[in-house]
Amino acid sequence: MSILEYNGASIVAMKGKNCVAIASDKRLGIRFQTVSTDFQKIFPMGKKLYIGLPGLATDVMTFANELKFHTNLYQLQENRELTPKTFLSMVSNFLYKRRFGPYFVEPVIAGLDPTTDEPFIASTDLIGCPMVTDDFVVSGTCWSSCTVCVRLCTSLTRAQMSCSSASPSVS
Amino acid sequence: WYQRRVREAVVSTQSTGSSGINAEYGEYIQKNLKLYEMIHGYKLTPNAAANFSRKVLAKALRSNPYQVNLLLGGVEDCGTPSLYFMDYLASMTKEKFAAHGYGSFFILSTMDRYYKDDMTRDEALDLLKLCIKEVQSRFIVNLNSFSVKFIGKEGITVLENIPGSGTVHKDVPPRSNPPPNSSPVLKEPVSLTCL
Repeated sequence: MSILEYNGASIVAMKGKNCVAIASDKRLGIRFQTVSTDFQKIFPMGKKLYIGLPGLATDVMTFANELKFHTNLYQLQENRELTPKTFLSMVSNFLYKRRFGPYFVEPVIAGLDPTTDEPFIASTDLIGCPMVTDDFVVSGTCWSSCTVCVRLCTSLTRAQMSCSSASPSVS
Repeated sequence: WYQRRVREAVVSTQSTGSSGINAEYGEYIQKNLKLYEMIHGYKLTPNAAANFSRKVLAKALRSNPYQVNLLLGGVEDCGTPSLYFMDYLASMTKEKFAAHGYGSFFILSTMDRYYKDDMTRDEALDLLKLCIKEVQSRFIVNLNSFSVKFIGKEGITVLENIPGSGTVHKDVPPRSNPPPNSSPVLKEPVSLTCL
């Protein structure tokens, strides 16, 4: 069992017309034993910006705290909110800083631009390689099965989903 | 098993693992919480104490990790209790009930079945005894006795030890050595360790 599968997680994010949806499971396990059914994996980093963190739970908490600290600092210094694209660069940078002793998380970013409300979704691997997509991103232990499911959903509904259809598709 | 009274009247931690490391970690947390109280004049809430403990574990994780699994329970001044489960890797959750170790595989199932949100202290003690009974009958290691501490608004109360030995299911008669020459293969009686 790889270290990324030790605690277990599934995160999905989808883009729709002027909206994004992000969803995660709430299970915290230790190998096959379920310890908690209420573990937070999606963290708000702005009014319209969320990051989903699957992977090793300790790094999920540590990394989320570190990111929150830096986004708060950014907002205080710049007097504005982070754009999702900048946030992706920030995440990528922090993960690559630990290239040879990484955080075992593979984040999924979903958000709207604070000024233009343009939807944005992206994900990175555990050392910060960014990937921006137009339709959906999945991450976590279920990524292979999720990719199939989500691709099925998006092929059925196309890219012009409104908010109301995006959430049921994600779930 | 290593326990540490972390703060008078509010919090107590339990940790498993090798004793030397436990002692160092437990004392470190205890003294830092006391220091906070001295500096600021008020005690940390259990939530803050738990997050502090997690931070210490997480910081040490990638250089000199503590092999400590924690259950941190505390009661705030207003009376709200909270229980935090923490792994040796510093993953933390707030739980209604929790258990560590091999016994947790049995205890969590028992708790899932019988735990209620509005249990009284006596009901909780009964549930604890039921969990211990379950561990005694299912777990391969014989455990002598269990120490119990109750953390309430008034502080930490040490309750009577719950004996492990002898708490097998009522239906099962106690084991006894088989009569001599009962087995066609063995010449001498085999002595069994009784629970």
